[in-house]
Amino acid sequence: MVAELGHFALILALAVALVQGTLPLVGASRGDLRLMSLGRTAALTQAFLVLLSFGALTQAYVTSDFSVLNVVANSHSAKPLLYKISGVWGNHEGSMLLWALILALFGAAVAIFGNNLPDTLRSRVLAIQALIGVGFLAFLLFTSNPFERVFPAPPDGNGLNPLLQDPGLAFHPPLLYLGYVGFSVTYAFAVAALLEGRVDAAWARWVRPWALAAWCFLTLGIALGSWWAYYILGWGGFWFWDPVENASLMPWLAGTALLHSAIVVEKRDALKSWTVLLALLAFSLSLLGTFLVRSGVLTSVHAFAQDPARGMFILAFLLLVTGGGLALYAWRAPQLQGGGLFQPVSREGALILNNLLLCTLAATVLLGTLYPLFLDLLTGNKVSVGPPFFNATFVPLCAPLFAALCVGPFLGWKRAELGPALMRLRIALVVSLAAIVVAMTMIDSRSTLAALAFGFGVWLIVGSLASLSDRVRSGTLRTIPRSTLGMVISHASLGVVVLGSVATSSWNTELMQTMKPGDRVDFAGYSVLLERMDEVRGPNYIAERATLNVSVGGKPYTVLQPERRLFTVQRRQIAETAIQTNLLRDFYATLGEGDPRQGWVIRLYLNPLAPWIWLGAALCALGGFVSLSDRRLRIGAPSRKPVLQAAE
Amino acid sequence: MRRLLFILPLLTLALMAGFFAWSLTSGRDPASIGSVMVGRPAPKLDLPALRPGEAPLTDADLRTGKPVIVNFFASWCTPCLAEHPLFTRLAEREGATIIGIAWKNKRDDALAWLKKLGDPFKLAGLDLDARTGLDWGLSGVPETYLIDGNGIVRRHYRGPITERDLTETILPFLKGTVK
Repeated sequence: MVAELGHFALILALAVALVQGTLPLVGASRGDLRLMSLGRTAALTQAFLVLLSFGALTQAYVTSDFSVLNVVANSHSAKPLLYKISGVWGNHEGSMLLWALILALFGAAVAIFGNNLPDTLRSRVLAIQALIGVGFLAFLLFTSNPFERVFPAPPDGNGLNPLLQDPGLAFHPPLLYLGYVGFSVTYAFAVAALLEGRVDAAWARWVRPWALAAWCFLTLGIALGSWWAYYILGWGGFWFWDPVENASLMPWLAGTALLHSAIVVEKRDALKSWTVLLALLAFSLSLLGTFLVRSGVLTSVHAFAQDPARGMFILAFLLLVTGGGLALYAWRAPQLQGGGLFQPVSREGALILNNLLLCTLAATVLLGTLYPLFLDLLTGNKVSVGPPFFNATFVPLCAPLFAALCVGPFLGWKRAELGPALMRLRIALVVSLAAIVVAMTMIDSRSTLAALAFGFGVWLIVGSLASLSDRVRSGTLRTIPRSTLGMVISHASLGVVVLGSVATSSWNTELMQTMKPGDRVDFAGYSVLLERMDEVRGPNYIAERATLNVSVGGKPYTVLQPERRLFTVQRRQIAETAIQTNLLRDFYATLGEGDPRQGWVIRLYLNPLAPWIWLGAALCALGGFVSLSDRRLRIGAPSRKPVLQAAE
Repeated sequence: MRRLLFILPLLTLALMAGFFAWSLTSGRDPASIGSVMVGRPAPKLDLPALRPGEAPLTDADLRTGKPVIVNFFASWCTPCLAEHPLFTRLAEREGATIIGIAWKNKRDDALAWLKKLGDPFKLAGLDLDARTGLDWGLSGVPETYLIDGNGIVRRHYRGPITERDLTETILPFLKGTVK
């Protein structure tokens, strides 16, 4: 009954989305206020209906309603409640419903917070948003209905992919989708602007909070995914350049570029068509990522049901959305007139450099991800593009990006001098050079590259904080605009991420050892004793658990208990790493295969500064949220006319 | 010229979409890593028979003028269980010549497994120390090779064969329509 209600609500939502996607557009072109105001009502109704539908599916999961096929295929009555709920989006159909839900919620948010938008712009944005929604809702209803029934109902379900049964991963998809789907709003704004033929400072000011919100969520989503890979896959790494990771990195890079170029449009009325293109691309790359993950054209560690028929549908949708947007762009963008002129050395110049480098990075990731596919199709050769390619391309591109990052905020608009800016950064320069020397002499003299990267990390932190020094001196730190504070936090936290990843990947210690209970091994100054092996029973798994007593100089230090879990329903084994952290380094242990006769394979890692990677990423998103809370950026910012005057 | 710059993103998309559509319709499997064995004479075969009292397997068994299917399996391998009925069908309905090789498997275990599930193999060998598997470029079980009458490897499947492999490649190969 509830499942049918959910299904019905989804059908109604599609109908509402169709209305929302057409009539307000007509209204906007005719100047008919009644038709335009329909957009807001429809957006709220659609969000309510999809929410109802999502609630119905969640209810089926929580109560283990095995007459619903989707629940049978992805849940099990013995599963803990958290994973029953996260199981809703741990599968293809449910995750698409979550997409549709977030899309509708963003539409409702535009309807609620977009009070100050001109009527035509708002109704066009809402209509575009609804048209994207039509695609997703139709996709759900016609190819991936989550409410399909099964008769007779089986006594129990197949359970969720064990890799996904983890608190980190329970919230990874919703955050990631908030990011992906958030860029649909910037896409809608871009298309609406192209339809109106008008991109100005006010437009940039309206679109930027949405881009910022999407970017924050995407940052958190990517960080959570990387953290999960770090502790569940048990390989000791945190980023593997897997196609799925790359798929989320591309929109992030494009979104970051968009955040910066929108500032130029807002302040200087320049870079208009470029910013519109980025707004289109951020969402297009999100869709491309979805396509790559779901269609099965690439291999990856991810466990989504891959299906060429669905792939075709997503490809058609991608073509329609991206192709439609880009065709409109090719047609209308040449008419957008750029405004302000500026010298190469200026705030604008620095932001353009930032955009060039970020977009080159995104293009590099795209090329590296798709190259194996192209080559295989054209020549039949199989290659895999991995860390060597990305290290070789990312390092030379990131170096100028990081170097310029601290200088940019010290440059004035229109025209600036490099000398004074560098003078104000002299302390940061000295400190980072000192960091390089320290890294070379005290940590590891073999890797110059790691030492340089370490220096860049320090440069980012100190250089970003340097822009606060004037305010500290004049005692005006408390009156600093939140958007500036947010920028400083995000820029500095990038340095934290760089320090964490350089230290972890360059200066870690690892040991692989076959051990039997009672064996002791010396590892990086610690003495590790395999005290015993136990068999443990979880709610839906059986596990082998190693108890490792770690001591320093004869004194007990910590106990680590890595496990190897066998999920009985799916017959899959998952390693559960044990990590002891003091925020400066991780002591990381995983349990491999083994038996009492030959012993177990134990891997130990000492990862310096590893927690900083995720700490930095969280700070980075926090900076975005701080900036978002700035009153100037609030979504209902000023109306168009006064802003135009103010910009003169 | 300036106009062209604005059309460039659209053209890039069209090019990419073309590749994607091609990839989706080509039926290629991105997980397959290819095989260096294809197009070359089958590697050496010199194994004791699995079933007691039978003659050992030799290279001559691969060069009979008729197509042969060689399947590496093991009783401890779950995917082997999944593909087994397909071999049974091939042997019974199509009269295919299938050589089964038990890989890293104890003789009694492999025989018990075949007894339980049915034995579709015309000849069966035992590769306990996995040395033949090494010669054949095996990365695990199950793997299956199609070998033509002259002893040339025509296809190499890593992982269990599927219904689709059966209709699309194996049956046409046996009927001689695919070289």
